[in-house]
Amino acid sequence: MTINPYLPLEAEVIERIQETPTIVTLRLRLTDPDARHRFYCSPGQFNMLYLYGVGEVPISIKSGPQSFLDQTLLLDHTIRAVGRVTRALVELQPGARLGVRGPYGRGWPLKEAQGKDVHVITGGLGCAPAVSMVHELVKQRGRFGRISVVQGVKHADDLIWREQYEHWAKQPDTQVLLAADQPDATWRWHQGMVTGLLDQLTLNPDRSIAMLCGPEPMMRASAERLIELGLEPEQIWLSMERNMQCAIGHCGHCQFGGAFVCKDGPVFNYPQVRELLGVRGF
Amino acid sequence: MEIPGYLPREQLQALLERLQQQGYRCVGPRVREGAMVYDDINHADQLAVGYTQTQEPGHYRLKAGSTVRQFAWANGPQALKPLTFAPREELWCAQEQPDGSLKFHPAATDYEPVAVIGVRACDLAALRLQEQHFLDSCADPQFAVRRRSLFLIAVNCTHPAQTCFCASTGDGPEVDQDCDLSLYETDEGFFVSAVSPAGQQLALTLPLEHGDAELFKQACAEVTRAGEAQVRRVPAKNLRDSLFAQLDHPRWKEVAERCLSCGNCTQVCPTCFCHSETSVPSVDGHQTTHQRQWDSCFSPGHSYIHGITLRKETEQRYRQWLTHKFGSWHDQYGRSGCVGCGRCISWCPVGIDPTEELDVICTDVTGRPE
Repeated sequence: MTINPYLPLEAEVIERIQETPTIVTLRLRLTDPDARHRFYCSPGQFNMLYLYGVGEVPISIKSGPQSFLDQTLLLDHTIRAVGRVTRALVELQPGARLGVRGPYGRGWPLKEAQGKDVHVITGGLGCAPAVSMVHELVKQRGRFGRISVVQGVKHADDLIWREQYEHWAKQPDTQVLLAADQPDATWRWHQGMVTGLLDQLTLNPDRSIAMLCGPEPMMRASAERLIELGLEPEQIWLSMERNMQCAIGHCGHCQFGGAFVCKDGPVFNYPQVRELLGVRGF
Repeated sequence: MEIPGYLPREQLQALLERLQQQGYRCVGPRVREGAMVYDDINHADQLAVGYTQTQEPGHYRLKAGSTVRQFAWANGPQALKPLTFAPREELWCAQEQPDGSLKFHPAATDYEPVAVIGVRACDLAALRLQEQHFLDSCADPQFAVRRRSLFLIAVNCTHPAQTCFCASTGDGPEVDQDCDLSLYETDEGFFVSAVSPAGQQLALTLPLEHGDAELFKQACAEVTRAGEAQVRRVPAKNLRDSLFAQLDHPRWKEVAERCLSCGNCTQVCPTCFCHSETSVPSVDGHQTTHQRQWDSCFSPGHSYIHGITLRKETEQRYRQWLTHKFGSWHDQYGRSGCVGCGRCISWCPVGIDPTEELDVICTDVTGRPE
């Protein structure tokens, strides 16, 4: 965390990976070596990325150093070009400079997940904030029970990191389920919505934890289905998204009822957001 | 009861001089474009005198020459908010170097100290709420310096407006703490109570006279009456749960038909904290300043997220404002975000009154109170 909470650190684009026509991963390195060694994050947190003269946007950290022992020191951010800033950000080429502020927010409850079966259910680019968490689960495999990774996309083309899912599927006690609403000829998984896959989960409600990230209707439907399948609302966690400009709970844009998504979230326990999730206008 | 020292009105200049000697820029009530505003005061003569006011929904009028007093009015459109949370300010700037690298510099925070004469109890309560918001969890450097640079001279309210309801929110009209000096106005002068250590030090240098006990009793009674005279109130019930239980109440649609979504209420509100950030490039493109400016939950951009505006309808924006101010503010800061100053009522172009809306919305559609 920088001392002035608003001041970005300079970073350099080390690599640009075109994931789909509209999704790009930028691999960044902070240019100040001291800052680089001080920066570590936990899965589910986000950074504010600042494009010179254009503005700042919150982007989840797809992967980054998680402790001072970590030697990667690179920050991957996967960005979909949808708005004024992100459309320009995805055009950055290796060598370009930008600003980074963070990490912010409360990440995934990995402590609570220890010793439990972990079900990671994502939709669309909601997989990005979850990837670093799944990596962590796989890295510390012995600490967790069964792992299931469920990802749904609209078009088959939207599935990024296909090799990653195939790799995870080969891990012991790990279930990978994929769904596409509009599959193509090569699609060999489920056709339909991600919620249609939940019945296929090997679910032991008394030792499970679910982590959800994706469009809100998908998260809400999934959470409610999991409750029907026997999970308590407290066993479900989800990552929310709202307009964020300051990232420290001051600017007011990310308020969701009484919660500031930027600092009280983005990962919430389901009972904290259940009242308003799906209510239009919140 | 200890009787505070008495400062005759003609000695107000002495107070101003002491503050100036201590390096304070003084601001106090002056009349600008028909409204009472806090503006620079170099001499006590510049303080507005003789004004009373009428405030009603969508209505604010000053009347000159109707009193010998200087603080015989409730409030103007500004609170203390602009002095600690600037309407627009630079947060940092970025410079692009010839090699393409970027340098970031924080904004300077060498603000001059400001002494404010004529602070109201409601505005002190609002300042406390803003301190909770901007300082408690991740301190805002600019707010922190500006707050530390303030010297606050409060004047207890004796002339509440018809729009005031600070007594019902528990925030006025009597000044209790969180200022440096607290004044009680009488026709001839002021009782001066020192509240903070800095206030005590300053009071020692003032030409204070022995205060008359009977006169002080009358001055205090005027403040008590100012509370009793208030006609509006917020419903005394669990507003947080009542509001969130009524998200589908037909009144939201009805109020949205009157609401212009102009955001006046949020601009005059002394506790509203929303602000937007923008990058403003210099003409030559080599530097860009990152600025913040007051935003409003009534603006379309407030709820923008990746190509979508979550609150397209005025109904949703008004509901966001009211449920936050009186409801979810409790979740955030343990109390309501309203201090009862009534500004949002007077400065609403169509005269929407949140106390009335709350009364209707927190009573279910069958007319039964929740």
